[in-house]
Amino acid sequence: MARPEKQETSSSVTASSEGGTGRLVLAGTWTVETCQARSDELGSALQGLNGAGAVEVDLAGIGRFDTAGAWLVHRTAARLKEAGREVRLRDLSENQRILLEEVGENAPGAPQPPRQRSFGRELVEGTGETVISSYRDVRELVVLLGQTTLIGFGLMRHPGQARYTSLIFHLEQIGLRAVPIVVLISLLIGGIIEQQGVYQLRGFGAEIYSVDLAGILILRELGVLLTSIMVAGRTGSAITAEIGSMKMREEIDAMRTLALSPTAVLIMPRLTALMISLPLLTFVSNMACLVGAGLTAWVYIDLPPQSFISHLRTAIDLNTFLVGMIKAPFMAVAIGFIACREGLAVEGSAESLGARTTASVVKAIFTVIVLDGFFAMFFSAMDI
Amino acid sequence: MVVESQRERQPRAAETVIEARGLTVGFGDTLIHQNLDLDVYRGEILGIVGGSGTGKSVLLRTLIGLVKPRAGSIRMFGTEMATAGPAEAAAVQTRWGVLFQQGALFSSLNVQQNVEAPMREHLDLEPELRGELARLKLSMVGLQPDAANKMPSELSGGMIKRVALARAIALDPDLLFLDEPTSGLDPIGAADFDNLIAKLQETLGLTVFMVTHDLDSLFSICSRVAAIGNKKILVAGDLETVVAYDDPWIKAYFGGQRGRSAQLAHG
Repeated sequence: MARPEKQETSSSVTASSEGGTGRLVLAGTWTVETCQARSDELGSALQGLNGAGAVEVDLAGIGRFDTAGAWLVHRTAARLKEAGREVRLRDLSENQRILLEEVGENAPGAPQPPRQRSFGRELVEGTGETVISSYRDVRELVVLLGQTTLIGFGLMRHPGQARYTSLIFHLEQIGLRAVPIVVLISLLIGGIIEQQGVYQLRGFGAEIYSVDLAGILILRELGVLLTSIMVAGRTGSAITAEIGSMKMREEIDAMRTLALSPTAVLIMPRLTALMISLPLLTFVSNMACLVGAGLTAWVYIDLPPQSFISHLRTAIDLNTFLVGMIKAPFMAVAIGFIACREGLAVEGSAESLGARTTASVVKAIFTVIVLDGFFAMFFSAMDI
Repeated sequence: MVVESQRERQPRAAETVIEARGLTVGFGDTLIHQNLDLDVYRGEILGIVGGSGTGKSVLLRTLIGLVKPRAGSIRMFGTEMATAGPAEAAAVQTRWGVLFQQGALFSSLNVQQNVEAPMREHLDLEPELRGELARLKLSMVGLQPDAANKMPSELSGGMIKRVALARAIALDPDLLFLDEPTSGLDPIGAADFDNLIAKLQETLGLTVFMVTHDLDSLFSICSRVAAIGNKKILVAGDLETVVAYDDPWIKAYFGGQRGRSAQLAHG
């Protein structure tokens, strides 16, 4: 919203030339609000200033005057001097003199050009920087993995040193509080899978096999994948933002100087909580998915729950369930490491915090899906 | 016309820029200010002192409209802020600049963009002129030209304060609010910053409202001091009046080791 600009009835700059001697008469308000208009007027008035002799600048008519106005006067005088003309300022008030002096002392030069690179160089350097930063990323992750493994073994020998309060707190945040959303989404997805199965298999008159389809798909892949993606979005982002803002406010540095290891204090409890919560949430998600599928089967093909369960028992065995569950802790480790690593990489600005949180979620979801692919290949090769 | 422009900058006796009457401010059950009156006159540097938790910063935040008072009135440049419409309030707001305690620079903008931000919002300037004015302000607060492209996270504490001051004076305000301008600076840096404020106040004809703990600032640049305590202004006046006032906290504050040495140092 702009400050109301004073309307100037006549032009504030009058230029005249007399036998080679120029004369600029300035009038009106010369403040930061009006300086753009004054600058434009000065520009066009200077064009009319012929000759090569001295220029007299008359400031007597100026009303309000601030540093912006002083800058315009100074800049004009400097440009005229550059063109080889002598400049005389006339009728300066005390206040105008002080401002002009201040501005003259502090006149900024040309802007420092920001670091610019040619396209070719940008390409090469950019590639190099990305490679180096990816290498650093991987190295940091390995270091983190080593640190947590060491601390983990240490805790196994001295279980009393674990931070149980923190662990319980994170179990509640990561596990318990995620249950409602996981249940809701899993229920819906389970229902959708079953309904699609019914529709597609109806052509063969094999609706009943939609139960096999849903059961195997959910227990082997979908439950754990769905939960991992939800946890990566919900918890991974929270962990990155928490650790990142602590990094921004130098809390991490403070911890180090107090001989507290951020890995032990911040990362271990979160990682452990994730490794406990994610399998539990996966189980919850599996059950909710199956309930959703069962309800849909009941509605669409009049399959009562008893029949759904008995058919499900023929379709799946314990291995189907275990193949899904065994993946959960690995997903938890991947999400936890990526989230903590991104959090520690946050720099000073709010922008960096946002970028790191986004990167954390994107990388975690990508890694979870790739991991799931590897598991699928492994299990099919093992014929499980 | 010359007379008019001079009158603009010369402090006139008893022209009030801020007039707060009967301010009552509280959060929840705690009352911070009760029936507080304060006047700030044109052209002065007013220092606000008070113990921790007496609401110095709250008073500043109330005056600039970040905290809503429960009762009382604030007149800024003669405009009653509580009843002013959005346009009127915005017009008054562009006449003051605020320096927050931590600088509060926008961390995703570089130094020059930070200073340009208020101009970009409130004025219609061409980028070239806007950049020149921003770099002029940066130079006026004593920063080197190469600082313009730095990000706030690359700056030292003293530089952050200077950039924040440059942003506060970007629109050539009439009134400057400073919240502990010298906190976190070393004594030499603090003295430099004091001198900078005094110089800008003189050249730009500013009125300065300054919350401070720094005894040196009080003695060296403040033309008037107001002490807060007991939910109101205990005493306001020149330094001698305040020092002589009979209040245990003021006695302890100015009579302590640091208070005495600061008084000695500044005569």
